[in-house]
Amino acid sequence: MKDTHAIALHVNGRHHELVVEARRTLADMLRHDLGYTGTHLGCEHGICGACTVIMDGSPVRACLVFGVQADGASVRTVEGLTEGPAGPLSDLQQAFSDHHALQCGFCTPGFLMLAEAYLAEEAYRAEAEDGHPLSEERARELVASNLCRCTGYQGIIDALVATARARQAGQEPADDR
Amino acid sequence: MSAIGARLPRKEDPRLLRGRGRFGDDISAPGQLWARVVRSPSAHGQVRALDVTQAAKAPGICAVVTAADLPPGLAIPVRLKAGDIDLSAYLQPILAGPTVRYVGEPLAVVVGDDPYACEDAAELVEIDIAEAPAVTDARAADGTVAAELVASYGDIDTAFGTACHVAEIELAIGRHTGVPLEPRCLLAVPGPDPGSLEIYGMTKVPVWNRDLLASMLGVDETLIRVHGVDAGGGFGVRGEFYPEDFLIPWLAIRLARPVKWAEDRAEHLVAVNHSRQQYHRIRAAFDAAGRILGLADDIVQDNGAYCRTHGVAVPDLTVAMLPGPYRIPAYRGRVRVVLTNKTPCGTYRAPGRFEGTAAREHLLDVAADRLGLDRVALRERNLLTSAEMPHQRPITTLRTDVILDTGDYPALLAAAAREAERLGYRALAAQRGAGFLRGFGLAMFVEKSGLGPQETADVTVSKSGAVHVLSGGTSLGQGIQTVLAQIAADALGTDPGVIDVTTGDTAAQPFGAGSWASRSTVVGGSAVHQAATAVRQRAVQLAARMLEAAEEDLEVSGGSVGVRGDPGARVTLADIARAAEPASRYLRPGEPAGLSARRRFETAHMTYPYGAHAAVVEVDPGTGQVRVLRYLVAYEVGRAVNPMLVEGQLRGGVAQGLGGSLFEEFSYDEAGQPQAITFIEYRIPTAAEVPPVDVLLSQDFPAPGNPLGVMGAGEGGISAVGAAVANAVRDALGLAGGVGQLPLTPARVRRLAEQAQAQQAQHATKEPA
Repeated sequence: MKDTHAIALHVNGRHHELVVEARRTLADMLRHDLGYTGTHLGCEHGICGACTVIMDGSPVRACLVFGVQADGASVRTVEGLTEGPAGPLSDLQQAFSDHHALQCGFCTPGFLMLAEAYLAEEAYRAEAEDGHPLSEERARELVASNLCRCTGYQGIIDALVATARARQAGQEPADDR
Repeated sequence: MSAIGARLPRKEDPRLLRGRGRFGDDISAPGQLWARVVRSPSAHGQVRALDVTQAAKAPGICAVVTAADLPPGLAIPVRLKAGDIDLSAYLQPILAGPTVRYVGEPLAVVVGDDPYACEDAAELVEIDIAEAPAVTDARAADGTVAAELVASYGDIDTAFGTACHVAEIELAIGRHTGVPLEPRCLLAVPGPDPGSLEIYGMTKVPVWNRDLLASMLGVDETLIRVHGVDAGGGFGVRGEFYPEDFLIPWLAIRLARPVKWAEDRAEHLVAVNHSRQQYHRIRAAFDAAGRILGLADDIVQDNGAYCRTHGVAVPDLTVAMLPGPYRIPAYRGRVRVVLTNKTPCGTYRAPGRFEGTAAREHLLDVAADRLGLDRVALRERNLLTSAEMPHQRPITTLRTDVILDTGDYPALLAAAAREAERLGYRALAAQRGAGFLRGFGLAMFVEKSGLGPQETADVTVSKSGAVHVLSGGTSLGQGIQTVLAQIAADALGTDPGVIDVTTGDTAAQPFGAGSWASRSTVVGGSAVHQAATAVRQRAVQLAARMLEAAEEDLEVSGGSVGVRGDPGARVTLADIARAAEPASRYLRPGEPAGLSARRRFETAHMTYPYGAHAAVVEVDPGTGQVRVLRYLVAYEVGRAVNPMLVEGQLRGGVAQGLGGSLFEEFSYDEAGQPQAITFIEYRIPTAAEVPPVDVLLSQDFPAPGNPLGVMGAGEGGISAVGAAVANAVRDALGLAGGVGQLPLTPARVRRLAEQAQAQQAQHATKEPA
């Protein structure tokens, strides 16, 4: 007998109800039960961060969270960064393209969600409002949370810093390629 | 303005940034089953019993297969031939029979409705192995020598016999590999006709894999269609034909259901091709002025348990490329390929060059110090000059002659040295402080790219005016769709935005040779250039008929063809495509319909890019930790189709190279048990370990052997990282000899620091007070 549970959650603002096995990871549930395949699995042991999603405001590794733990939660995945599938890229997504912050793109959703969560955190926003927008050093430390095998990271760091500064200045990130 | 040379944003980016890429495991089929591979827990032994009874009875399981269920006699053949060495005795079977030879070797496959249930059932397969001793050191006497390769020319004995100076080092290169962030994945969907299959997840060489699979299954190859998918990094390891590439399609046919297999990271690290592990004993003979008289390297390669699809390509490339950019009158490179009880090896980005460049360039630093010469000056003295190009060496690699085709090596070395100076590398490296040492390291290298024999491309303009490129290259994350669109746009005189590029689909491009060996921009790009040029010529021919003008009065620009000086007389590519429809009055009898061309670019020789790397490192002699503070790549690429992507390739290559030089290592215990089976032990560099990488991109020497003048850029970022890092660490520690071994893990660096201190103390006591 499978140990199954009926749960309900919001993903990118949409309500879902489903029955999941207790041991099923949030990543597998998002990808295979709900079709949010933008969340990728690179290691399934919490190191690479490709599966990072935002759960109730915090970045989590969806391979280390069980689907049942998301019962009642609000989850944001990479698909939720744009207004619908055809909407324009977000400032952060656009900055990734401008700064060549992706090659194969497999790790990219994890970095996007990690960065998006960080830039929305209250502690960071308070610092930024005090005139301390994201430094390259702090961005590097943040980006070191996840693994990328293609880019060497500099583009990711540059995209993140450019987005943070542009948001701070209340404008789109400058294309300084 | 030509689309070639522009830093255009990538066509791949929007879908990937939206999470709408289509990676293997993103695709599912109705009624799909999942497969789990049961792998050997022992490094070596005889399989006494393999009992699948309990596994087969587990809930949700519909099949468990072992070697006994397979068609007899199957083994995975060598794809990449080098020389005429017979490796048939060492090929890997699909599933292990009576003998297992490495931990991770496939023994059985469990198939069921749900991947979790399959993983549970796989645990129920009872494996009884009579363990035998494992060979874990390729230098030991008990390993099988699968092959011995020698590349040599000139009188090496006289060179060493008459030398004023001889320098010799040993350098062991650690076992590591590509480790793309997406593990492998395959989905095989049987079609309605017997033997027909749709396959997702075969990347790199899909046509070759399709043909091999068809022959193994005994079906016509056109019954199998491999679809192009996004791939989460290739680096040489992804997309070769592995046991799963037979098992999953075969199971789909046998069970008449779609079957998916998604590798997990733990199995990836023991299943995917390993690479790199070689032991070099390298020596060079010099005359009194520091000119190289001869170079000799005796190498042992730890190839793991079998010879896989690459056969002996890595050792072949190692000895063929080892002389590098230098004038070497006599050379002898010998490599013995030894089988051990470890995961088998294949190619990883810059195969043979990472290893050989590390050995040669580390030797040159040691030699320069012995000879009392400046390390850069010793290299300058021995580099081939532009007057000596092209330079043919009497050796071959991958069945092609080694002809260094073009370039000015001394100029690039000088430019790299100037750039490092300008960026303050030397000054930074000269700083010493409490508890840390700094060092500067430099290395020169020659790469190879554009391996033939051919690539094919189709270019078609559809009635909407969209341009479709069907290439035999494959997308591994390198941006091939952007690059080929730029090449086609340049030839067609149109906007790259209207061009879409299909790669990796065996139905769309049945003559594709795939993406590897830094070949796709060079060989695939040249095929696209030729096909697009042919379409342009055909468009002009048809436009002349439509406009009732002479072809020589027409000009092509902005996606249309018009009469020069007459703005009213102009037709778009869409108009011309419609005019090329069957039954069009513009078609002459016997002319094929459609605005389309297929062209094949053939080449018998590779093109050889080259470059220099420089590193500044900081070493903590107490902890043995090495931090790379600055890194420079200077690289000649002939012509950059998209400089942003070239720089991206170089920077990414450096990051991977730092992994293999400092962190990544597949170590084994004495029983052959792998010690790096998660990302905790197998340490891929993070942003904290990879410094900003400075790039000096040179486009001074267009490749003579292709119409675009391009050279490959996929591997020049990694080729010399081991060399530059080893040289910088040696410089920091002030070692008299070499570092001995890569990666330079903290434990090894601490030992080296102690050794350096002892050497220096000994030296001090010898000096008069």
